[in-house]
Amino acid sequence: MDTVDPTTVAGRYGLTPRQVEEFGAEVEAIRKRVMDDLGETDAAYIRKVVKYQRGFEVAGRALFYLPPFWPLAVASLSVSKILDNMEIGHNVMHGQYDWMGDPALNSKMFDWDNVCPGEQWKYSHNYIHHTFTNILGKDRDIGYGILRMDEEQPWHPYYLGNPVYAFLLMVFFEWGVALHDLEVENIVNGTRSIEQNKPLHAGIMRKVKKQALKDYVLFPLLTGPFAPLTFVGNATANLVRNVWAYNIIFCGHFPAGVETFTEAETEDETRGHWYFRQILGSANFEGGPLLHMMSGNLSFQIEHHLFPDMPARRYAEIAPEIQELCEKYGLQYNTGGIFSQLGSVFKKIARLALPGSAKKETVAGPTAPGTGQPLVPEDVDGETRVRASAA
Amino acid sequence: MSIAQTLLRSRAAAALTAPHGVDRYLEQINPMWAAHEVRARIVSIERETHALDDPAPVATITLQPTSTWRGHRAGQHVQLGVEIGRGVGGARRTTRAFSVSSAESGPGERFTITVRANPEGTVSKHLVHDAMPGEIVHLSQAQGDFTVTPDRGDPVPMRLVMVTGGSGITPALSMVRTLLRQRYPGRVSFVHFAQSPDHQIAADELAAISAADNGVDVHLVHGELFTAERLEALVPDHRSVRAWACGPAAMIELVQEAYDDLTVDGTPADRGGEPLLAVEYFKTPVLDTADAEGTVSFSQSSGAPGAEGENTGATLLEQAEALGLSPQYGCRMGICFSCVATKSSGTVRDVVSGETSAAPDEDIRICISQPVGSCQVQL
Ligand SMILES: Cc1cc2nc3c(=O)[nH]c(=O)nc-3n(C[C@H](O)[C@H](O)[C@H](O)COP(=O)(O)OP(=O)(O)OC[C@H]3O[C@@H](n4cnc5c(N)ncnc54)[C@H](O)[C@@H]3O)c2cc1C
Ligand code: FES
Repeated sequence: MDTVDPTTVAGRYGLTPRQVEEFGAEVEAIRKRVMDDLGETDAAYIRKVVKYQRGFEVAGRALFYLPPFWPLAVASLSVSKILDNMEIGHNVMHGQYDWMGDPALNSKMFDWDNVCPGEQWKYSHNYIHHTFTNILGKDRDIGYGILRMDEEQPWHPYYLGNPVYAFLLMVFFEWGVALHDLEVENIVNGTRSIEQNKPLHAGIMRKVKKQALKDYVLFPLLTGPFAPLTFVGNATANLVRNVWAYNIIFCGHFPAGVETFTEAETEDETRGHWYFRQILGSANFEGGPLLHMMSGNLSFQIEHHLFPDMPARRYAEIAPEIQELCEKYGLQYNTGGIFSQLGSVFKKIARLALPGSAKKETVAGPTAPGTGQPLVPEDVDGETRVRASAA
Repeated sequence: MSIAQTLLRSRAAAALTAPHGVDRYLEQINPMWAAHEVRARIVSIERETHALDDPAPVATITLQPTSTWRGHRAGQHVQLGVEIGRGVGGARRTTRAFSVSSAESGPGERFTITVRANPEGTVSKHLVHDAMPGEIVHLSQAQGDFTVTPDRGDPVPMRLVMVTGGSGITPALSMVRTLLRQRYPGRVSFVHFAQSPDHQIAADELAAISAADNGVDVHLVHGELFTAERLEALVPDHRSVRAWACGPAAMIELVQEAYDDLTVDGTPADRGGEPLLAVEYFKTPVLDTADAEGTVSFSQSSGAPGAEGENTGATLLEQAEALGLSPQYGCRMGICFSCVATKSSGTVRDVVSGETSAAPDEDIRICISQPVGSCQVQL
């Protein structure tokens, strides 16, 4: 029977299972077209980015021998670290360049210039976050276990510190990402034992040692009398990268209008449903080619979530098609300028520090048992259907 | 160079370039600089066979490896990867195995491979027709124990037989060239089956070897398929001497029949006796897909959604590809381990050895694993 099933995510939008499957097929067609077309230009692009990244890195390290150029050295190293983590690391570890058959660009072998071991990140990010995107209780990227980033997360006095935690997370972002998998909050609340963390600990410590040895011991020592300057410079470059990455990533899922989902409504999802949820749970921001490259093309978070293993430089070319599809099926395609998206993220962080306040009145009508979700999809303006509680 | 090598391979260099590694920096400057990886520059490409309109000509390619090449023993092969540059899908590295055809090499020394251009093939066709001197190819270290001294240090037997067909001659060429260079005092019977004299690889050299008095008997058979009778007639004592056979799968099977499980000291093979015959396939045997059942399902570590389908009996790699996924692979014949994935549940048959295994959470090579019933794999 092809009727709207209100207990699913698509049901909120008044779409029938058949419509969802049609939508899924259209998404797949876009994917197939691009994936079949991958070739030399994509390979040349990522190799060029790697070349630039290595160039900036070597230049940065070398400029520390010339103290007057310290700011330039830091800038150069920061750019190198940002490229390494975003356009190269994040994307390569998603398997976007596995088709090239080059071990240097292969998701199984790549590791990034970051204290979080790639191996571990691929589990928490590629698997957990990308599979269970924005499902409350399953996607630990909603607030990373320390922040309140969604109305549905019950308030607790602890969350009064929301803005402070967010600021600290920004400053120590790479450490936050590394420690994320230890699920400290679950140890505190008793659902996870310290024992379960043992194997993770070892991996993190190995990586932390490597990174610290390089940036905080060896390279400073190599610059002899300038060691303290180099030390501070390396720390600054890591900080710049942290602040940058944090802001880019927070723009991906936390601006106003991004939806979250319950485990119940995402049970037994079809592939079409999965695509549907990826779009609703992500947000883009606009900018020029340089901004896209420096953000690892996570400015196209929606396209990235649909096709995590598609070379990211292709997102820009398919974004208009995805946006058109969204219009056709009445889905919100969440995008805006980087500053307005960031502003809305910051507002959310502050707002959700306080109890309840963020929750707007839901539309009257039946609600799903236990979740408080409206059961009847809300036709807001006759064309675009937006979930009432998120509007 | 060696001081530089020592420095580049040092722990300090590794620490300074972590997590990417020294080679990731060196290659940006010069592809022939490497601390760990092996690459090679093509020095020359020479036609071996001269049949007119031959759809599958053979060429010998001389390679200058990086100083990281550790050398090879006669009979070993390398994994060779080429990045094929033009058109859709270009810049993709494709890797195939090739036996080294020249005599044993030492560290950093030049060596050759001899390649038959498969008309529909990817790598062999590129190497024979399109590659140019100067092109850089990617290599593994030499591997495989299809060698005349199966265990390093074992003496070479005083009597041996090599039976080869088509381009399967290449490892045997390396063996004979090495033995001659070492002034091998024993006797070799070198039996080779080729389509015609025009298809004969290394014809001139083999003629010279045959003419010289050096303990190597060369038997070139042209335009005939292998039979046990032919081998019997050419090498009457073949069932009592150690033999190495390499060639098309159909021929290898016949050679195996001719040697039916004979072992070196008479102990049955299933009780640990060492087989008298060593074989090498250039291509994995074709699968029997008749009675496939169950479903296969794949999940992806890249974050992309997985896929599920009915078990068609093909290898897991082929089934994943048929479902629209593109798992990592290299040789597609079980030798390079690029395709290793974790099988979470189910039983698979290794199509090369025929062995089945049912252990959960087991790392398997999906290119040579055929699911027996339902199977779940994490790519
Ligand atoms: C240990 C070892 C040593 C070897 N040594 C040598 C050697 O010394 N010399 C040598 O010449 N070879 C050697 N080989 C074989 C070599 O590795 C390659 O298999 C061979 O060169 C063909 O590779 P290719 O890339 O050209 O062809 P491939 O692209 O692998 O194609 C092989 C066959 O598959 C078919 N095919 C390819 N793509 C498709 C498709 N999409 N759909 C359907 N069919 C397709 C083609 O028609 C062709 O017949 C060796 C192999 C092994 C395992
Ligand atoms: S692809 Fe080489 S072992 Fe499977």
